[in-house]
Amino acid sequence: MTEKLVIIGNGMAPGRMLEHLLEKAPDRYQVTIFNAEPRVNYDRIMLSPVLSGEKDYEEIIIHGDGWYIKHGITLYKGHKIVAIDRQAKTVTSDHGVTEPYDKLVIATGSVPFIIPVPGHDLPGVLTYRDLDDVRAMMLAAQSRAKAVVIGGGLLGLEAAAGLNAQGMDVTVLHVMPTLMERQLDPAAGYLLQRAVEQRGIKVITKANTQAITGNGKVEQVELADGTIIPATLVVMAVGIRPNATLAKDAGIAVNRGIVVDAGMRSNDPDIFALGECAEVNGMVYGLVAPLYEMARVAASQLAGDEAAAFVHSDTPTKLKVTGIELFSLGDFAEGEDRQEIVLRDAAAGVYKRLVLRDDRIIGTVLYGETADGAWFNDLKKKQTDISEMRDTLIFGQSYQGGASLDPMAAVAALPDDAEICGCNGVCKGKITGAITAKSLTSLDDVRAHTKASASCGSCTGLVEKLMVLTIGDKYNPAAVQPMCGCTTLGHDEVRRLIKAKGLKTIPAVMQELEWTTSCGCAKCRPALNYYLVCDWPDEYADDYQSRFINERVHANIQKDGTYSVVPRMWGGVTNAAELRAIADVVDKFEIPMVKVTGGQRIDMLGIRKEDLPAVWADLGQAGFVSGHAYAKGLRTVKTCVGSDWCRFGTQDSTGFGVRIEKFMWGSWTPAKVKMAVSGCPRNCAEATCKDVGVICVDSGYEIHFAGAAGLDIKGTEVLGLVKTEDEALEHIVALTQMYREQGRYLERIYKWAKRIGIAEIKRQIMDDGEKRKAYFDRFVFSQRFAQVDPWSERVSGKDKHEFRPMASVGFAQAAE
Amino acid sequence: MMNWIAVGTLSDIPRRGARCVATPQGKIAVFRTADDQVFAIEDHCPHKGGPLSQGIVHGAAVTCPLHNWVISLETGKALGADEGAVRTIPVRIEGERLFIALEALASRAA
Repeated sequence: MTEKLVIIGNGMAPGRMLEHLLEKAPDRYQVTIFNAEPRVNYDRIMLSPVLSGEKDYEEIIIHGDGWYIKHGITLYKGHKIVAIDRQAKTVTSDHGVTEPYDKLVIATGSVPFIIPVPGHDLPGVLTYRDLDDVRAMMLAAQSRAKAVVIGGGLLGLEAAAGLNAQGMDVTVLHVMPTLMERQLDPAAGYLLQRAVEQRGIKVITKANTQAITGNGKVEQVELADGTIIPATLVVMAVGIRPNATLAKDAGIAVNRGIVVDAGMRSNDPDIFALGECAEVNGMVYGLVAPLYEMARVAASQLAGDEAAAFVHSDTPTKLKVTGIELFSLGDFAEGEDRQEIVLRDAAAGVYKRLVLRDDRIIGTVLYGETADGAWFNDLKKKQTDISEMRDTLIFGQSYQGGASLDPMAAVAALPDDAEICGCNGVCKGKITGAITAKSLTSLDDVRAHTKASASCGSCTGLVEKLMVLTIGDKYNPAAVQPMCGCTTLGHDEVRRLIKAKGLKTIPAVMQELEWTTSCGCAKCRPALNYYLVCDWPDEYADDYQSRFINERVHANIQKDGTYSVVPRMWGGVTNAAELRAIADVVDKFEIPMVKVTGGQRIDMLGIRKEDLPAVWADLGQAGFVSGHAYAKGLRTVKTCVGSDWCRFGTQDSTGFGVRIEKFMWGSWTPAKVKMAVSGCPRNCAEATCKDVGVICVDSGYEIHFAGAAGLDIKGTEVLGLVKTEDEALEHIVALTQMYREQGRYLERIYKWAKRIGIAEIKRQIMDDGEKRKAYFDRFVFSQRFAQVDPWSERVSGKDKHEFRPMASVGFAQAAE
Repeated sequence: MMNWIAVGTLSDIPRRGARCVATPQGKIAVFRTADDQVFAIEDHCPHKGGPLSQGIVHGAAVTCPLHNWVISLETGKALGADEGAVRTIPVRIEGERLFIALEALASRAA
C-alpha cells in the first residue's frame, strides 16, 4: 500500500528531494505539497536576474504545473500550514484543509530578519525573499524614485544592482566597514565597493540605521550619526533566520533551526526537515549546494536507505551581478599558522588571495577573474600538497607546466572529479561522460541529464567549454534552436523555405531540407503538417499519420485510453432539443461523465473509441458538429447575453460571438485559439484573458488579443477600437491569419505576439488596410477547404480502420 | 510452442500507423512503418500504460500519445532519457498475410 507523504513548503530543497525520490521509489508515496506561496517551484537563486529584468519569471520555473500532474502530486498553492497534530498525524492549512500523513517533511525555509527600528513596518519597507517581493520592488521601481537597501551582503547587493538596473537611485547601507565581510577580505570588499559605486549605486559603510520615518509611508532613513537619506522604498536584506515556528509549536526539538540528525530526521521519527529551516550538527545553511545535499539524503532515507547521511562541505560563493566576477571559498581569516599568497593587478581590477595551512589551500578569494575558482576548490577539497607549485599557484592552473593561458586549456586540464557545478555537486567526469554516452548536443540536454548549470547558471560557461571539448563543432551555441533532432533548421527557417522552394509534401520538405531521419519524429511531423495545411490549403493533402491522435480521431484521448467528445454550441447557446439529444446519447452509450466546460459547452467523457462514430451519428442527427475541443485550431467563442437581455449590454455580443464562430470554425492554427465577446466593459465573458477577445462599448468594438489563462496568466493587449461589427470581424480574422502564417507550431498567440512585437502587429492589422484585406482574403480562401465537419465525414465511413480492431483473438485460439 | 495466428493483411494497416489485435491478455499493437516493416508490441506504454497504437510512428519507433515517451518497435525499449520496456511479439509476413506469435501468451493463459 502506498504511504502518504506530506511536504510543507515548495522551495528548491523539497523540489529536488522529490526528483530524487521519484527516481528511487516512484510508487512508494502518495505525495501532497502545501505551498504558502501561490505558485509552483521556481529557482529562487535566479530572482536577482528577474529583478534586474534579465529574465522572466517563466524562465526560472523548475517544475511547471504539468510536472505535478505528470507525477500525480497534489499541490495546494497558497495554503499555509497552521498546525501539525503529531498524535493524529495530520496537518491543517489556513484554508481548513486537513491532510493525514505517514511521513511528514517540513521545508518551511527561512524568514528575512527585520531590524526592529522604529518605522520598520511602514508601507514601502520590503524584504527580498520571494517573487512577491521582487514584483513589489519592480512596481516601486517604476516611479524611478530613491531606494535604500539595508545590508551589503550577497542579497543586498543583488537587490541594489537590480533596482539600479530598473532605473532607481539606490543607496546601500552596510553596518560593517567593508561589503560582504563574511565572504570577502577587506581588500576584495574594497574593490567590490568601487565596482558597485561605478554603476551609480551609493555605498555607505559603518552605517547604523536608527529609524525609518515618514507620514503613512516611507519617506526617509535616519542613521545614528544624524545622516538623513530620502527614500520611497527600503529593502531590508540583513540576513535570514530559519523558519521553525510551526515545528516548535508542534513540540519538535528546535534550536536555531529544526534539529535533525544526519539523516534529516527530527526527534519525531516520522518527521523530517530540510532546507534553510533545518539545523544539522549545529549548522544551518542558506546556499543551495548543501540544501541539495540535504534533499538527496532525505530522499534516500524516505526511500528506505537508512545509511544516507549529510556531510558538511564548504560551498563557494558567487555574486550574481552582471559584470562583477567574484568567488570566495572556505576560511580566509588571518592566523599564525597560516600563510597567504596575494596577486593584485590594479589596472585590470584583479585581486586574488589564497590562504594556506601546512601547504594546503584552506581559503580562496578571487575578484575580477574567477576562472580558476573550480581548480582551487578542487585542490582544497582534495587537500593537495601545493609546495611544488607554490611560486606559480596564484597564476592558476593553466600556468602550471608553462601551458598557455587559454581558458579552454584550463578546463581541459581539470581532473575528471573536479567540481563544475557547485549548486548540484556535478563533477567534470559526469558531464563529459553524459555528453558522450547519451550523444548530447545542447546545453538543455546536458542540464536535463546531469543538472549541471541548471540552478544558478554561473557555471554555464564551463559546461559549454566542456561540450566544445567533448564534441567539438557539433556544439554550436549561437545556432537557432532547431525544430527537433531531425534537422538543424529552426521553425522560422523551415516555414520560409516551404514557401520559397514551393515544398508541398512532407517527404519533399524532408528531402529538400536534408532531414537527418527517414521520416521525422513526433515533434516535427505535426509541425510540418500544419505548415503545409496553412500554406497550401487547396493543394496539400492532410497527412493524418502526422497528426496527434486527438486530431486524427477528432476526440480527446484520456488517461485510460477512452475519449471525450465536445459538440459545438455556437457562442455557448443551446436549446431543449440539443440538450435532449445529448441526454439520449449519454444514456444510450452509458457515458460515465458529463461535464460543463470552461468554454461554455458540454463534454462527454469516457467514450470507447469503437463507439465514437455511432455517438457522432446520433449527435449529428440533432444538428451537432465537432467542437474541435481537441484541435490546434479554433476552439470556442464565449459570449455573454449582451444587449438582447442584459440591462448593461451595449451591443449584441451573443450574436457577434456566434457569427465569429460560424465564420472561423474548422480553421487550423499553430496552437489552440480561444475567443470571447463581452457585451460591456463588465466583461462577463472574460474576454481579456483570451487569445482574441472583444469588449463591446457604446462607440463600437474594442478588440483585444494575446491574453493567457493557462500555465501562464496574462491580460490581453488592445489591438484597437472599430465602429462596426463587420470591421471587427475583418480585423479579428486578419489577425488570426497573420498568426497562422507566422506562428511556430504550438506557439500560442501571446508568445507569438511577444516575439513579433505588439506594435508591429498593430501596424499591419490596424494601420495597413491593404495588408489587412490580404490576410482576410487568404483566410477566407483557406476556409473553403477547412470547413468540413470531421464527424459527419467519419460517420459516412472515412478512416473506418481507426475505430475498430484489426482482429480479435479468442481465448481458445490463443491457448491452442 | 510457437502459435502463429493470422490477424489480417499488410494493407489493413496504414503506413506509419498501427492497428490493434484484441487478445485475452490485452491489446497488441501491430505497426507498419514507412518502408513496410511490421512490428508488434504490447499496446501498453511502460510509463503510464498509454495506448501506443494511438501514437505517431516515425522510423522504427512510436511516440506514446499520453506523455511522449518514445518506444523502439524493434526492441520494445524506451529511447532517450526514459527507461522501461514493453514486450515485443514476433511477427511474420507471408505474402500479404500477417501472423503474430502468441507463444508466451498461450503458456501464461494455460
